Amino acid sequence: MSTSVSSMSDKILECNAASARYRATLAAVFAVIAAYLAFSVWMFDLPSVARKWSPERATMFMLDTYAHKDVVLMEWDRADDIDVYFEAKVYEYEKDPDWFSRSTAAAGSRVDIDNGAYFVLTGNTVELHDWPGLDAPLIFGRYADGRPQIIGYENNRDALPEWIRWTENKIEVRPDLYTRLQVFGRKAEIHRYSLGWKYFWFDFRSPLADVSLFDAIGLMFSSERVDPTQSNASLVLSEIWYNEIWFHMEIMVAMLETLLMALLGTFFAALFGLPLAFLAAQNITPFEAVRFGLRRLFDLLRGIDMLIWSLIFLRAFGPGLFTGAFAIAFTDTGTLGKLMSEAIENADSKQQEGIRSTGAKKTLQHRFGILPQIMPIFISQTLYYFESNVRGAVIIGAMGAGGIGLQFLGAMQTGTDFENVAYMAILVLLMVIAIDKTSARLRRILIGLV
Amino acid sequence: MTTTANPVDIYLERLHAQAKTRALYTLISIGAMVFVITSGVFFAESQNAGSLSRGMDQFWDFPVDLFVGAWDAGWGWFGLLGKHAPELFRTINLALFSTALGFICAVFLSLFASSNLIASGWVVSFSRRTLDVLRSFPELVLAMALLFLMGKGELPALIAIWLHTVGALGKLFSEAVENCDMKPVEGLQSAGAGWWQRVRFGVLPQVLPLFFSYGILRLEINVRASTILGFVGAGGIGEALKTNISWSFEPDIMAIMALLVITITALDYLSTYVRNKLIGGIRL
Repeated sequence: MSTSVSSMSDKILECNAASARYRATLAAVFAVIAAYLAFSVWMFDLPSVARKWSPERATMFMLDTYAHKDVVLMEWDRADDIDVYFEAKVYEYEKDPDWFSRSTAAAGSRVDIDNGAYFVLTGNTVELHDWPGLDAPLIFGRYADGRPQIIGYENNRDALPEWIRWTENKIEVRPDLYTRLQVFGRKAEIHRYSLGWKYFWFDFRSPLADVSLFDAIGLMFSSERVDPTQSNASLVLSEIWYNEIWFHMEIMVAMLETLLMALLGTFFAALFGLPLAFLAAQNITPFEAVRFGLRRLFDLLRGIDMLIWSLIFLRAFGPGLFTGAFAIAFTDTGTLGKLMSEAIENADSKQQEGIRSTGAKKTLQHRFGILPQIMPIFISQTLYYFESNVRGAVIIGAMGAGGIGLQFLGAMQTGTDFENVAYMAILVLLMVIAIDKTSARLRRILIGLV
Repeated sequence: MTTTANPVDIYLERLHAQAKTRALYTLISIGAMVFVITSGVFFAESQNAGSLSRGMDQFWDFPVDLFVGAWDAGWGWFGLLGKHAPELFRTINLALFSTALGFICAVFLSLFASSNLIASGWVVSFSRRTLDVLRSFPELVLAMALLFLMGKGELPALIAIWLHTVGALGKLFSEAVENCDMKPVEGLQSAGAGWWQRVRFGVLPQVLPLFFSYGILRLEINVRASTILGFVGAGGIGEALKTNISWSFEPDIMAIMALLVITITALDYLSTYVRNKLIGGIRL
């Protein structure tokens, strides 16, 4: 009796010891992970995020994606000739917009803001009147040496509203998100933001620039020609297609290019992958050397990333469809080949034996014994790879292979055309969603059919 | 002879009809495919005249240049592998750290996105939408935006991969949690366990192996992603590759490509091995 009790307590002790060892190991593992995380936080300098993050740039970035700006530019040297333009100086308005009333430098031109405030530009000053919460107008001018100045505040800068930043060579005034004044030694600029994507259908220089889309559709069916050389319908369509601010044609062609990259690449990967998979399958090919060679080929094709393939083909084909298509075809021949040869090896051999018992040749045995079994896997995998290749084509496109990816990167890197960036991002997102939905439907239909 | 049709004949007839429609569908889809492919090739040719035939002539030029360059460098070429190894290390570490951070966040977010653990429908759908949003931004787009806002460096890439990983892993994790066996959880509840104790002893032991295998798969994807982000200014081996390509330093390009291929292949094998160990026969 006493022996069994002691062996029992031995067991408990043993269990306790094992549990303690287990806990110690676990604690050690956690300590290593925690040490790694702490080291990496330090190495990547994670706390510097707060310092590097510039909220002003972020706001500008966001604002630019959904709003456009009009600029009023006055150079102090020629204050009688004020420029009013849209976004960039090449788009100067011929007729002044209704929020701008032009006058001589002495009388002062006036820029209206939507909340009732207004700027007055005279030859020597820019005045801000009636801004809500402001008791007296703010008057911006220049010192005798040309540096910008806020008249009356030279010695009490602290009394200025907090939305004014006054440095040696520049005064930045931003009373709200949509209004901005910059005063420099050489010029003063008023930025007036409004919501929406302007000139989306018809660009600045188009004869239809100020026509809304609905009016333009109405115009298509009216007999009075805007441009005597062509019908209204063709004018409207070509003006939209050749829009120089939103680049509809270039973007649509680039989207098509990306789509075709994925389609051609996946098609050829499937075309070469399936026969090679048969040759690499153990139950089809008796030659060990062939199988081994093909498997290493698949590994090589797969192991070299799609990006590297695209860089290799970029030299031969230049940016464009073929570079992307070849890169996708090479990578996915490897992936599909490996996957399908495994599927073939896993196929049920009974069907093949049944066909063999009728005296059919080898090829017919494979055609009717194995192919029907792997076809659903093959189709669904190919469609899956097509989906992911559309995304991949956007990315390798941005790395140089062309298509919408390259356009996107270009617009991003100019640092000013964020409305185009947003437009392209939305288009790409829509394309990806549409492809996913279509391929899911197609999969259901085809696999039901096979 | 107007006898009633033999049922076997009727059946055969129907089979023939089915085979005919199927053949028709196949023919139509092959025709459509061929049409799209040929018109695609013609379209590309018209965009950039003669590019296919010219490109085909030069198909092997660049790979041959690379091999010749590496051959000419002799034994020194192996030194280049060592020269670029630190850059590779940075890229891998970027991927590893962002995967680790993403993994931790995803575990917690996924618990809140699982309807069998959280009673409040609001919390569940809010967490799910958060995961959807995080997932739908491709790393590249997010990284480009962050690079613009924060300047060049590894940090924007780290955040981009991190956020995308949270979205991608979180969805898979919450699916795993929702599919887990609830009996242990009920048992714990009957013994008076609190919410966290039920999760810790009832749910996590079931799902952790699956979590880790998903995480390792994600690590592999993230190594590729961090290489690509190096191209747009995140540093590491991607940037080295870009620089050397623009300078046409063939031996260096070859060395970097070799390093990348070795890494990706090794990771591929490693992740397959570890996943087999963790989850046995379950296929992802």
